[in-house]
Amino acid sequence: MLEHYLGLFIRAVFIENMALTFFLGMCTFIAISKKISTAIGLGIAVVVVLGITVPINNLIFNNLLREGALAWAGFPDVDLSFLGLLSYIGVIAAMVQILEMFLDRFVPFLYNALGVFLPLITVNCAILGASLFMIERDYTFMESTVFGLGAGVGWALAITALAGVREKLKYSDVPEGLRGLGITFISVGLISLCFMSFGGIDI
Amino acid sequence: MATPKEVLVDPIFNNNPIALQVLGICSALAVTVNMSTTLVMCAAVIFVTTLSNVAVSAVRNRVPTNIRIIVQMTIIASLVIVVDQVLQAVAYDISKSLSVFVGLIITNCIVMGRAEAFAMQNGPWLSALDGFGTALGYSVMLVGVALVREPLGSGSLMGFEILPRVTDGGWYPANGMMLLAPSAFFIIGLFIWAIRGWKKDQVEEADYEIAPNLQYKEVM
Repeated sequence: MLEHYLGLFIRAVFIENMALTFFLGMCTFIAISKKISTAIGLGIAVVVVLGITVPINNLIFNNLLREGALAWAGFPDVDLSFLGLLSYIGVIAAMVQILEMFLDRFVPFLYNALGVFLPLITVNCAILGASLFMIERDYTFMESTVFGLGAGVGWALAITALAGVREKLKYSDVPEGLRGLGITFISVGLISLCFMSFGGIDI
Repeated sequence: MATPKEVLVDPIFNNNPIALQVLGICSALAVTVNMSTTLVMCAAVIFVTTLSNVAVSAVRNRVPTNIRIIVQMTIIASLVIVVDQVLQAVAYDISKSLSVFVGLIITNCIVMGRAEAFAMQNGPWLSALDGFGTALGYSVMLVGVALVREPLGSGSLMGFEILPRVTDGGWYPANGMMLLAPSAFFIIGLFIWAIRGWKKDQVEEADYEIAPNLQYKEVM
């Protein structure tokens, strides 16, 4: 049993890395990876938000939206899954807001570290993407918790790696038109190529 | 004040959302493996961006500023649900191959970015043009990437064979890397290089200037 969850975690971190194999969260990934310290801050925020929202969305889907899920309320034939997108994004926006207020009140040092990045996370495709993958693959509650955390750790790892590369890259002599965004894309491509080597691992 | 024509045409090359504004890369790259899914994705993004810009701009004076993000999200999510349902009804195969990426139009930064940056300050008509133009700039980039990836990766375009592959008795050995994730990054990087080689004003400032190599005598 534990083995199953561990496998799921490893797969979410390395083999199906959110950023490098599914291109999710790319806008923030490229925009906020100039310095390692900010990249780590954002990475931690993503891990926290993913670890909370994916299981919550799993509960909402299984208990409210899925076909026949409303049987306990006397509506056995109702299928609300078309409302999915709206509810997931609502949950994510609300969770990020609550998390921000909670951190502000109880964990001020973390709030100061993450402050700027928390609101940004609402529109990070990796968060919504993980929820959608969770629905598509039909994970249970425990599985979705593990998957959410794994996806977050994978994303954080990827952005930290890219920030490390970019910190060194700024001292190098890049052709004029490729400077900045262009070379960043190419480095992401190379990192993603490295991550593909995990693809052969079968868990 | 920008003229309608500028608003419509500028995002295509001068202010391309992907190459310059770094918006909307998220859902863009994964769908460019073949041309038909790319075109469907572009149509969906054009539809959502234009209409969400109109709707956001129409309600902009009645929405309190502190809940505007939620209002924009709701408008965008409703439009995306419409697109998703229509796709599942009309083109089920393509909808399956796009999988989660239709839903991810909600968090596509282009849609949010334009609603926030343009539609909140301008009237519905200009906003519609801006949404259409920006989505068109995005589409040009996507179609460009797909035009490289599909022929080189699988020897076909829109499913029709144009380069006969070795495995089917032709002469073209298909380049499998073009079908994988990293190739999209390289192609976009090279596109950015091409655009910046053409429009010099988009070149970014260097962080550090490299000192020229000098002889010992010159330094002293």
